[in-house]
Amino acid sequence: MINEIISMNGYGSYVWSAFSFTLISFASLYFVIKLQLSKEQNRFVSKFGSLNVEKARVARSQKINKEILSNTSNI
Amino acid sequence: MFKSFEPNKIFAITSKAPKYVLFLFIIVLSVGLTEALILSPEDYKQSHAVRIMYVHVPSAWISLGIFSCLALFSIGSFIFKNKNFSLISKSLAPSGFVFNIIALVTGSIWGKPTWGTWWAWDARITSMLILALFYLMYLLAWRIYQDKEYVIKITSFIAILGAINVPIIKFSVDWWNSLHQITSVNVFSNTSIHISMLIPLGIMTAAFTLFSLLIFLMKYNTELIKLKNKGLDRL
Repeated sequence: MINEIISMNGYGSYVWSAFSFTLISFASLYFVIKLQLSKEQNRFVSKFGSLNVEKARVARSQKINKEILSNTSNI
Repeated sequence: MFKSFEPNKIFAITSKAPKYVLFLFIIVLSVGLTEALILSPEDYKQSHAVRIMYVHVPSAWISLGIFSCLALFSIGSFIFKNKNFSLISKSLAPSGFVFNIIALVTGSIWGKPTWGTWWAWDARITSMLILALFYLMYLLAWRIYQDKEYVIKITSFIAILGAINVPIIKFSVDWWNSLHQITSVNVFSNTSIHISMLIPLGIMTAAFTLFSLLIFLMKYNTELIKLKNKGLDRL
């Protein structure tokens, strides 16, 4: 049964390489995009941390900034 | 008119959605892979090589669908001067490009046992290669040009010009002699593919669509945070 699934009547190398290429492409794209997202989030947090009290208050008044800060801990 | 499209309003949704989409994608992909690799029958002519269809066809469909969306959002960006449209297009492009490459590579792998060759300058294959070049130009334009207004114009132009190629890809098998068979899956008329193969094809298409949605959401969030980082610099 297992051998049959692997060899697929001699077509196994074609089928498995096509599926492997697809899944490796998915994984690569996912990790590249995730890395870019984490990088931007970390940059945002460090920039936010360097703001003085007044600027931080202004920045915090924007809802989206609060959302970014709250989501950073979830990544 | 497009107030609901404002990034500030939709970030609350787009920032939370990826984890749910990822969870759903893993479930649908697992079912799809089991169907495609184990449960679906082999073809009477192509034997097990037909299983490559379950990754090749959805990838081609989605890359075409995403490019059509790029073109529509680019037209929208031109007409309504809505910058969020170009942000959406920019976020869609990476997954569209990867799906296009997957379609070309898996098609090449499928071509060897079926047609006896890895590559042929067939109308559909060539037009898919041209689409990949348009995706590449689109992505490179965002990297090369720094002027925001200019890059939006250039990328919109590339997307609209590239969209001419989309119907050529779709109808290439009808207009020219091609190694590809004519369309087997039709939404508006009879589908010639057997239900035992149509179900795994549908599940794999759903899984791939979820993956492109996941990548889109993550990329869109990245672009929004990038904009907010620039906003903090200006404070």
